[in-house]
Amino acid sequence: MKDLIPVAGNGLLDRRAFLRGGAALAAAMTGYSVRAEPLTDAPWSKEPGSLVEPYGGPSKYEKAALRTLSNPKGEPRTQHGRTPHHLLQGMTTPNGLHFVISHAGNPDIDPAQHRLAIHGLVKRPLLFTLDALARYPMVSRFTFVECGGNSAPLFSPEPVQANVQALHGLASCAEWTGVMLSTLLEETGIDPQAKWIVAEGGDAQHLSRSVPIGKALDDAMIVLYQNGERVMPGNGYPVRLLLPGWEGNMNVKWLRRLQLTEQPGMTYYESRTYAPILPGGKAYQFYFVQEVKSFITQPSVGVELKGPGFYEISGIAYSGNGRIARVMVSADGGQTWAQAALQEPVLAKSFTRFRIPWQWNGGPAVLQSRAWDEAGHSQPTRAQIIAHRGQGSKPTPVTAFVSQHYNGPTSWAIDATGGVRHVYA
Amino acid sequence: MSMPRLLFIALALGTGTATAAGPNLGQPISHAELARWDINVLPDGTGLPKGSGTSAQGAPIYAQKCAACHGANGHGGPNRPLVGAPPIKAMDSERTIANFWPYSTTLFDFIRRAMPFQQPRSLTDDEVYALTAYILALNKLIGEKDVMNAQTLPKVRMPNRDGFIPRFPDKMPGAEREL
Repeated sequence: MKDLIPVAGNGLLDRRAFLRGGAALAAAMTGYSVRAEPLTDAPWSKEPGSLVEPYGGPSKYEKAALRTLSNPKGEPRTQHGRTPHHLLQGMTTPNGLHFVISHAGNPDIDPAQHRLAIHGLVKRPLLFTLDALARYPMVSRFTFVECGGNSAPLFSPEPVQANVQALHGLASCAEWTGVMLSTLLEETGIDPQAKWIVAEGGDAQHLSRSVPIGKALDDAMIVLYQNGERVMPGNGYPVRLLLPGWEGNMNVKWLRRLQLTEQPGMTYYESRTYAPILPGGKAYQFYFVQEVKSFITQPSVGVELKGPGFYEISGIAYSGNGRIARVMVSADGGQTWAQAALQEPVLAKSFTRFRIPWQWNGGPAVLQSRAWDEAGHSQPTRAQIIAHRGQGSKPTPVTAFVSQHYNGPTSWAIDATGGVRHVYA
Repeated sequence: MSMPRLLFIALALGTGTATAAGPNLGQPISHAELARWDINVLPDGTGLPKGSGTSAQGAPIYAQKCAACHGANGHGGPNRPLVGAPPIKAMDSERTIANFWPYSTTLFDFIRRAMPFQQPRSLTDDEVYALTAYILALNKLIGEKDVMNAQTLPKVRMPNRDGFIPRFPDKMPGAEREL
């Protein structure tokens, strides 16, 4: 039973314990302290069940798995819907729970009338119908999309008491299917002067962002499908731009136009919003990449522990620079670390689920994860981020985006009752 | 099938030129046909339309269509202020047009594409120039009587024009934070 020997402080076990240990491991760790009651037939097993629905939804017992909304009455400002990571598993986000940010509501676009124009510094300006786009050769890939402002509450000088949905719910992951943008640009031709593409949505804000032409030719996609079905209205129906690993706001939804230009548009969102202010007052311009990040989803705030014993610690890691190479987990606030198992498939610019077994002794513990990507980037400590980027001048609510692109660790403190709090450690 | 082979077949069948190897399902479109959608304004003024406006012309339009959200004189409404330039001391300092926005053209571009919130694309180009002039004048970035048009607007130099550190394409984020 050497598998039960902790590999790091406060009860973290070898990530391969399950692969080798099996049932004997479980028996040894739990000790079977409570005997089961005699079984009976439940009412639902003694009569036929309900009708199959044309389009299924989750069980009525899963009503807690909902997006949280920042602007449920639709006041004239941005709406956010955050993904409940603490209630989900695996690497893909269900379409109804994918995060949504709509700056002027979700437009009600008739796909038969929608058009995508590609023009500017091209040889042949072209207009595409949805039917035409759907006839092009397609590709599918899993990739995360993350708002540049996700995790912004962690810039607060005091830890904001909120759950993983509130702190990190503006990131989600799906399988996206569509046409490579490079395929369409082959047909329009590219003027050698073109350095940027200004992408524009057909929503009420006509949201626009500038994309370097190199990204457009690398892995940018014109997406029609999300997890196998047509893109959800909040995620850009009927067609969106997908820039794997890059700032969510650049992945323009409800895409209607791409203009090739020599200079960036310096649009509202790139010149004002996604330009994080540094200590000293200067601001970064064109941050683009969503850097390597990880956070523990179970246990976490709202996913309390029910007494000492065995738990699996699980979370999400991702990097806009490529695949996740390694995730380390600590149960003692960063004093000692153990390597987590990475759930296959481990894909570039996609959520990667990590897991590690843990024997909680019932005492105080602080859980934390850190990730490394294949490009060699590591998730910085909070102290490193604050030294480089600064922090907010006062405690902030979850809904305040004091800055952008926070990718430090998240720490969950477990108390003796099994309660979980957000702390800095 | 590889692209060169597709191309070869297309040429052999006489169905297209050397650029016609793909599906070719787009419809050619002219600049005139694109005009209503062609609303990007670039920082050097490319894309600015004909027309003009002054602060005096913008004031009544602002009162009617903007003040409910942005306040009577560009501040004090439910949305963030359009006027004022508090010093930037920390990451959570208020980012305003006058203390942060690097280019005046962004103001025209964003008003024309996104405002008023309930009726975007309802303003004429003259009205957008007038509102742009009104907001710039409230911020004392232009004179009260200055006319904003395709020639004058790009020349309005914003105070924080040099307040940025570009991270693209030279420096990819994260490279300097190796542990």
